Amino acid sequence: MPEGTTKDGIGAALRRKEDKKFLTGSGRYTADISRPGQLHVHFIRSDHAHAKITSIKTDAAAKADGVVAIYTGEDVAADGIGGPICGWVVTNRDGSPTNEPPHPILANGKVNYVGDHVVAVIAESLQQARDAAELVDISYEVLAPVVDLASAAASMQIHENVPNNMYFDFELGDEAAAEAALADAATVVELDVRNNRLVPNALEPRAALAEYDPVDESYTLFTTSQNPHLTRLVIGAFMLSIPESKLRVVAPDVGGGFGSKIYVYPEEAVCTWVSKKLQRPIKWTADRSESFLADAHGRDHINKVRMALDANNRITGLRVDTLANIGSYLSAFSVVTPTILHAPLLSGCYEIPAIYTNVRGMATTTAPVDAYRGAGRPEATYLLERVMDVAARQVGMDPAEFRRMNFIPKDAFPYQTPVALQYDIGDYEAPLDKALDMIDYKGFEARRAEAASRGKYRGIGLSSYIEACGIAPSAVAGALGARVGLYESATVRVDPTGTVNVMTGTHSHGQGHDTTFAQIVADKLGIGVEQVEIIHGDSDKTPFGMGSYGSRSLAVGGSAIAKAVDKVIDKAKIIAAHLMEAADSDVVFADGKFTVAGTDKEKVLSDISLAAYVPHNYPHDRLEPGLEETAFYDPLNFTYPSGTHIAEVEIDPATGVVQLVDWACCDDFGNLINPMIVEGQVHGGIAQGVGQALLENAAYDETGQLITASYMDYCMPRADDLPDFKVDYTVTACTHNDLGVKGCGEAGAIASPPALINAVINALTPIGVTDMSMPASPEKVWRAINDATQAQAAE
Amino acid sequence: MTKVNITLNGKAVSADVPDNTLLVSFIRDTMALTGTHVGCDTSQCGACIVHLDGESVKSCTMLAVSAEGAEVTTIEGIGSAESLHPMQQAFHENHGLQCGYCTPGMVMSAIELVGKNPNPSDKDIREGLEGNICRCTGYHNIVKSVQAGAQMMGD
Repeated sequence: MPEGTTKDGIGAALRRKEDKKFLTGSGRYTADISRPGQLHVHFIRSDHAHAKITSIKTDAAAKADGVVAIYTGEDVAADGIGGPICGWVVTNRDGSPTNEPPHPILANGKVNYVGDHVVAVIAESLQQARDAAELVDISYEVLAPVVDLASAAASMQIHENVPNNMYFDFELGDEAAAEAALADAATVVELDVRNNRLVPNALEPRAALAEYDPVDESYTLFTTSQNPHLTRLVIGAFMLSIPESKLRVVAPDVGGGFGSKIYVYPEEAVCTWVSKKLQRPIKWTADRSESFLADAHGRDHINKVRMALDANNRITGLRVDTLANIGSYLSAFSVVTPTILHAPLLSGCYEIPAIYTNVRGMATTTAPVDAYRGAGRPEATYLLERVMDVAARQVGMDPAEFRRMNFIPKDAFPYQTPVALQYDIGDYEAPLDKALDMIDYKGFEARRAEAASRGKYRGIGLSSYIEACGIAPSAVAGALGARVGLYESATVRVDPTGTVNVMTGTHSHGQGHDTTFAQIVADKLGIGVEQVEIIHGDSDKTPFGMGSYGSRSLAVGGSAIAKAVDKVIDKAKIIAAHLMEAADSDVVFADGKFTVAGTDKEKVLSDISLAAYVPHNYPHDRLEPGLEETAFYDPLNFTYPSGTHIAEVEIDPATGVVQLVDWACCDDFGNLINPMIVEGQVHGGIAQGVGQALLENAAYDETGQLITASYMDYCMPRADDLPDFKVDYTVTACTHNDLGVKGCGEAGAIASPPALINAVINALTPIGVTDMSMPASPEKVWRAINDATQAQAAE
Repeated sequence: MTKVNITLNGKAVSADVPDNTLLVSFIRDTMALTGTHVGCDTSQCGACIVHLDGESVKSCTMLAVSAEGAEVTTIEGIGSAESLHPMQQAFHENHGLQCGYCTPGMVMSAIELVGKNPNPSDKDIREGLEGNICRCTGYHNIVKSVQAGAQMMGD
């Protein structure tokens, strides 16, 4: 631990500062906020997957009780309102750019998925808006839906400027080298895998409340956002042409995001646009059905994987061909997720000399698909960790030992992969060994036999993952197609009395930043965490920052805070030297005290801050008054968390139910600031991965209707679906940030699905089952068992 | 419109509301107590759980007029920041919450669960919370919280 650690500082499992408001019902979420005179908007959404709008009749609805206004795509076009933009595009294999279709915030003549926004009905009450919506008469000319990803290219073209329904055709790596490795291989391992489509399902549905102030001609938008500054930039500059300085975006308490609240959606733009037109506050709150239909979904890839092994079972090459379902429009990070956040992860923890991948991003008439917890990295890890197990089985090796012999050795860092990344540090054997011990891997066969005596199939499966967090540096991201920077910002303001306000550009929606960031500041300044307030989520209060996603908040945002604190300390030392009549170089700062070496002179932070704001005795010739510093931190590289997760399952052949009986994981997140919060992040990530592997699936029928559009149909993990989790850590500190941290928010969701499916297959291998798709639902598992046992009986 | 009279967190309240007003809307919109949340529209998530005459109910699935004359307790009525209910304290001590959105419903469910079963096993707790969805915690620390809360409520 760094010097100066206090009992509440870095490394302490401090209870969260933000808890009490949430526990007492005093949290302030967007839907909790109301404004005098507010109107409510209800969106009429397309109930067709693909159709031309032939007419919209609003006369009857306009006369209904309480209705104030009704808007359609024609009004949007007339006002020159732009659509949400794609924040990151890629260059195609042939050098051409990504095809970007228009995305009007209310459909203009055509709808492209069930849930597409068609009409905004605004009324005095939500009930009145909903009632009036029933009176709006929309006629459609139905077009052929494009639902099946595999055949999307040969289906009806959805957008004029997206031929073959292909938004982009991306590649990375050396195709010739990968093919040569496959041609020369002693063993070629092949696997087709589907990464199932998910709905993020943050428990707080999206909401927005926009207010226009005619006095200073400014807008305030309260919205459920993970990145309020980006929302302000996109809505202000690209959609509504509002000067950024006239738009304040506030993301108050936000009830989970998992990626789905990164993007700017049509609803919040409509609220903002209409608030000026009607000079009344406009409020919208999604119901859960709307969340299912129109929140950006996640995953949905089809992959063809081929891996080459030499005669010693060392991996010599890998080729992955991926079809990614991008949905009906290009959401903000829909292009980068299956490309830049996917392809470079294909080396995993392994030495693979030759890798090539092609990713084609396809348009379908389904909801837009974008980053969901892990964003590209779970999809890469899933296919890689599945094929690792298939390879181990094929060559007759234990899957743990097969992984171990192919790991990048710990003395090989920094390690340059053939797919663009340079891993700064890691030790993959240490967490593998620890996780194997935690779950008693050696004792598994005895447990399998015991389960068999009870008529159950028991299986064990592991996954050794790497992820890349804190996407950066900005210049590299820009060269790869990013339209945003990827730094983070912080302002640290020491008040005259020595309390501290920290304004961060990140956003906390469950991650506990109020506590973790306060621990960093308290530790470095040698003060109590109760003296530190973390302020986030308000574009008027915080410096321009990029928000929270990609497990970046600590590694990038925390590093910015640490840098700003360092600047404060540097200035404070000069003030202290002046007050104590000492040379700068003689002032030592430790444990919250400024001392002069060799004397008993001493000042604390509040002495310095008081002098800074009441500068009667102050080094005016050298410093400006005040004690407030801002830092922007642009990382030199990604961070690379890694680890091993192991799942153990029991399957009841009578029902096909997979019971998750044990889970052990060991992660390397670098240094931990608050291990309690980190462990909570791991738990939650695993639960979402378990959901993907066993329970969750977003399914469209052949007409493009989402048939899993409620919690009655989309199976969320519940308390009785999950076991307790055994969680531990190893540490290799990140080499390129001062805190030595890597990020922990997505690891569980990245590591867990392949571990679980590998365990299911391991359980059923003795009866001849060799594959299982996600989710491993009871029906699917039951059928696999029956097919296998019937096949065995027939032999 | 119908006049609804209930006892809300120990205080008699009444208001005229449209007949189709849900109890959760009465609590959130009419009475401006926003600690009770809405997370779904199919009675699945449990974010809206309140106590009605001591029993936990999903307030999104009940009309306000159906609560006429009842005693309704919401998350705001069980403890305060200065004096947390033992179950609230247990969630704090055991990191049983992250984004906080499911938390009020989870705490109200847990209090009722422990009221009926003062010494619940982990299995009792996991099955007892089947009607509450949390997307953040993976439930591990919620189960620990309810165990600790049961202990503290028994002391």
